[in-house]
Amino acid sequence: MRKELGTFVLLVVLCIVLAILNPVFIDAANLQNLARLIGIYGIFSIGLGLVIITGGIDLSVGSVFALLGVLLSIFLVEWHLPAAIAVLAVVAVTTFLGLINGFLITKVKIQPFIVTLCGLLFYRGLARFVAGDETKGFGAATGFETLQSMATGSVVGIPTPFIILIFISLIMWVVLHRSVYGRYLFAVGRNEMAARYSGINSDLIIASAYILCGLLAGVAGVLLAFYTNSISPSSHGNFYELYGIAAAVLGGCSLRGGEGSIIGILIGTALLQVLQNLVNLLGIPSSLNFAVMGAVILIGVLADQLLRQRQAAKVVK
Amino acid sequence: MDNPILEMQKIGKRFPGVIALDAVDLQVFPGEVLALAGENGAGKSTLMKILGGVYQPDDGAVLFDGKKTSIRSVSDASANGVGFVHQELNVLDNLTVAENVYLGREPLWAGFLVDRQKLNADTEIYLKRLGLNISGKTRLSELSIAQQQMVEIAKALSLNARILIMDEPTSSLTLTETERLLEVIKELRAQGVSIIYISHRLGEIKEIADRVVVLRDGKNAGVLAREEINHDNIVKLMVGRDIDRTYHPPATIDKTSLIEVRNLQTRRYPNHSISFNVRKGEILGFAGLVGAGRSEAAQAIFGVDAPIGGTVSLDGKLIKISSARDAIKSGIYLIPEDRRNCGLILEVPIRENITLPALARYASAGLVNKEAECKVSTEYCEKLNVKAPSIETKAGNLSGGNQQKVVLAKWLSLNPKLLIFDEPTRGIDVGAKAEIYALMRSLAESGVAIVMISSDMEEILGESDRVAVMHEGRITGILERAEASEEAIMQLAVGKSEPSAVAGG
Repeated sequence: MRKELGTFVLLVVLCIVLAILNPVFIDAANLQNLARLIGIYGIFSIGLGLVIITGGIDLSVGSVFALLGVLLSIFLVEWHLPAAIAVLAVVAVTTFLGLINGFLITKVKIQPFIVTLCGLLFYRGLARFVAGDETKGFGAATGFETLQSMATGSVVGIPTPFIILIFISLIMWVVLHRSVYGRYLFAVGRNEMAARYSGINSDLIIASAYILCGLLAGVAGVLLAFYTNSISPSSHGNFYELYGIAAAVLGGCSLRGGEGSIIGILIGTALLQVLQNLVNLLGIPSSLNFAVMGAVILIGVLADQLLRQRQAAKVVK
Repeated sequence: MDNPILEMQKIGKRFPGVIALDAVDLQVFPGEVLALAGENGAGKSTLMKILGGVYQPDDGAVLFDGKKTSIRSVSDASANGVGFVHQELNVLDNLTVAENVYLGREPLWAGFLVDRQKLNADTEIYLKRLGLNISGKTRLSELSIAQQQMVEIAKALSLNARILIMDEPTSSLTLTETERLLEVIKELRAQGVSIIYISHRLGEIKEIADRVVVLRDGKNAGVLAREEINHDNIVKLMVGRDIDRTYHPPATIDKTSLIEVRNLQTRRYPNHSISFNVRKGEILGFAGLVGAGRSEAAQAIFGVDAPIGGTVSLDGKLIKISSARDAIKSGIYLIPEDRRNCGLILEVPIRENITLPALARYASAGLVNKEAECKVSTEYCEKLNVKAPSIETKAGNLSGGNQQKVVLAKWLSLNPKLLIFDEPTRGIDVGAKAEIYALMRSLAESGVAIVMISSDMEEILGESDRVAVMHEGRITGILERAEASEEAIMQLAVGKSEPSAVAGG
């Protein structure tokens, strides 16, 4: 809890400063758009967080978004499949890709970094090929307006993606922090050997994290596709896995595994989006976008490190 | 005797909240083996770290050859002839023996290239001195733990060590390797090197020590001269009381076998198989050299490294074991040798460690019931006398003995039928050892079958009701208690089957 508190304070301070420097920040329209983005990013960041808690990584998420977007567009616009079926199909595909990751990592014993790096390259190439390297889109969304409104609409002023995120977060919070499965996930991430010696099927637990990550990437990917409304297969979703990893790490997930929380991941996601917003609102050249984000993440991690060393110094007798 | 080459006078060291050392004196004479004994936390390591230059003392003085010297760093210590062979080996196994010995002080050629010829030739000198039959060009990864340790000793000697500190040097050695190390220590003594020997194995101390200095709670508890060194005297000084260590024979051993292992084959020794029985209420000791396949057999029976052949039956019923889950379901549990990596998750609380193997029992609808967890953890921590501030203390913050008790608590809460202890008291001090032995015996008495793998001869002879001896993947003999002697076990451990013994496989 104390760990998330630091990032939370940083987030609040950043918001206040931003609101003072440019009051547009607290405009309803700006906050709405911010919440929408937090919703989309938060969903797949939670998935990545689960994978990171097992001590793994998933670099393929961004490319999966591109593949999903292309497929979704083809299903809806070209094949005129019913919206529900199209969505189920693409989410099933991303979940299956998660299963493949999990299989290669636990059964074939290839390092997660390598497996998902290959996925990053492979799915991007596949998306471009399937799309004929042409930008795909949804046009006026004739026939699947309801589906589109899931991404672009709001309920009593709250963007639907944000509502979906809250819903998923509540479920995942219970799963991660209260359930037997969650305890196993942390145990496997901390010390896989000891978990196996306690009779836990660690392969299954690890693979399940990749499957869940694929599932959540599917949900977020559908929202993202409608949010951008046009999918350029060579750039759609580029770097998104890194946003997710950054959010998880800022939120207290350790890349060594075994540490992290849903609350932390949400705060981390929000922090990244507010930063993005800050760059826009303060008129910082958008070319500096990545530089600002990199610097803040580094500062956040450094502050965390210092805080921990202090605590460790206190514990030593 | 001559003048001491090293004198530590009234050494005091305080850490926040703890007085680690309180006016401790220590003298070391040339060419003697001085054993430093004491329970964990008695201050042995702190004292040695001061001598080795790792810590600075708050009070007191260190004198070499009667001259007061301040040791401010590890290099100061080695300049004064102090060599330190740590319990955890500090060698790089991707380098060769010679490269390890001269790491950071490589003889140079033309000022910046390593002179390999000189490097290897110089190393040979020390290897010979240690009677080590390996080449300096061998990669460390190809050597056994015992040989790697010898490389560390060679390194200390190459630094002209006059005083060699050895911290638990035998804790991961086999019986023969231990014998060999003790021989080397005797040779070094004859060459005039003084050795400070730290060990929990009192048998070894008895064998090689010229004097024993005992510490207790950071103070000098006493010194024993050569002729006074015996088990009871050392223990009395260590714990300040007598410890009962008489063998308690089992009250009743159920003659029907509880566990029958038939033709078990492990991945490590696919061409050999082992068979044995364990009866309800008995402690079956497993002796042998490290690498004899004892741990592999245990891991196969427990299912973490599933057997590739053979059967295990419990109360006459065959059980299929293909994962630890299967073994746990049948009541077969393993207390692994490497408790820090396999037995416990050090970063999580005691409570979570205890409930991990059967978390579903403390959960409803997939959600963990923390109250139920607390209840069972508290109960077993009390039963086993785990010394910890609370059940929320992280397992990594406990002493070795208490960690071992937590591992035990994991299984005791699940009604064990067979408990396999792999090196149950490695790195555990005398007081906690006695507690663990008593626990083992009372478990046996309550009808649990116990297998105890141990490389500590005293432990094997002191606790087992029968002793199975393994050699290179086979059981070379199973001795009844009356026949079990150090000699008989060693014979079997090096592969000489006794005619009377029942050889498996």
